[in-house]
Amino acid sequence: MGLESAQIHQIVKEKFADSVLEEAADAVDPFIVVKPGVIEDLAYFCRDDTRLEFDLLSCISGVDYPERNVIEVIYCLDSTPNKHWLIVKVVLPRDNPRVRTVENVWRTADWHERETYDLLGVTFEGHHNLIRILCAEDWVGYPLRRDYVMPETYRGIRNVVY
Amino acid sequence: MSPENLTPDPLVKNLVFMNSVDYLVNLTRSNSVWPLTFGLACCAIEMMATGASKYDIARFGSEAFRATPRQADLMIVAGTVTHKMAPRVKRLYDQMPEPKYVIAMGGCVIRGGPYVKYGYHVVKGVDLVVPVDVYVPGCPPRPEALLEALFKVQKLMRREKILDRTRKTTKPEVYRPAAPQAV
Repeated sequence: MGLESAQIHQIVKEKFADSVLEEAADAVDPFIVVKPGVIEDLAYFCRDDTRLEFDLLSCISGVDYPERNVIEVIYCLDSTPNKHWLIVKVVLPRDNPRVRTVENVWRTADWHERETYDLLGVTFEGHHNLIRILCAEDWVGYPLRRDYVMPETYRGIRNVVY
Repeated sequence: MSPENLTPDPLVKNLVFMNSVDYLVNLTRSNSVWPLTFGLACCAIEMMATGASKYDIARFGSEAFRATPRQADLMIVAGTVTHKMAPRVKRLYDQMPEPKYVIAMGGCVIRGGPYVKYGYHVVKGVDLVVPVDVYVPGCPPRPEALLEALFKVQKLMRREKILDRTRKTTKPEVYRPAAPQAV
């Protein structure tokens, strides 16, 4: 087994002391919240640091919190040599969610970021091909936002049952 | 084949000569229905089971699943039709030669199934896109149910007239429901 979550958080905090906003090492799924601006540097650090070696990005997902008026983007990192993991969250404003892409760090981030863009409308700056991946190209709106309203028709095909 | 399958349909009794031609043609066509290899979701697993040895759709002459719509005369829509897929379904249907038949297999295809209320991406019934001849309810339907649907399609085929290849008289229409009136 690799490092404990608290140790991983400590290593990250040493490097990015003033960018870690929140840390929960004893939660069921331990996570850290960092400033959106440092996500690419943090990703390079997590991948290349010999103690961490997070060589696998298992998931990027997003959650909409309309009551706090934020969208959270969650990065799940795994280390196959060290067999430990880390969850990093960034909190973005709901009206203009923008964050730097990590596509250059892990290639797999390409499609994950496109999915988060497609369903939640988070813009990943620097992404080479940020287009919808699941919905059709001319789809309107971001379906996983809480205030999303289903379209009545799509391309002339009715979408509601009366 | 059971004996009642061989008796001509009572609807076609007028034309003595064409009747027997129709009867022969329909007998051959209905016993070699070629379905389109077309699975969209989990119902396709049951469709594959129907084609495999245990349920063996080959007993009824439909084992030749064609990989191109141009050689198929039956489309089994097996699985959830999304709005992104609907234009492709329509195009495949248009590419099939007349006379052609459609089986709507499973709840999603009939009226949206579990996605009927909150599934923003699911077409609420494939009959909004293409005309459907036989509906098979179930989630997914058992292979026996799909075989029963095939028999219903064969029954429809035996009513065909050779002079009416586009099925003007027997083809169902695309479902165009009216919006509800304000009360």
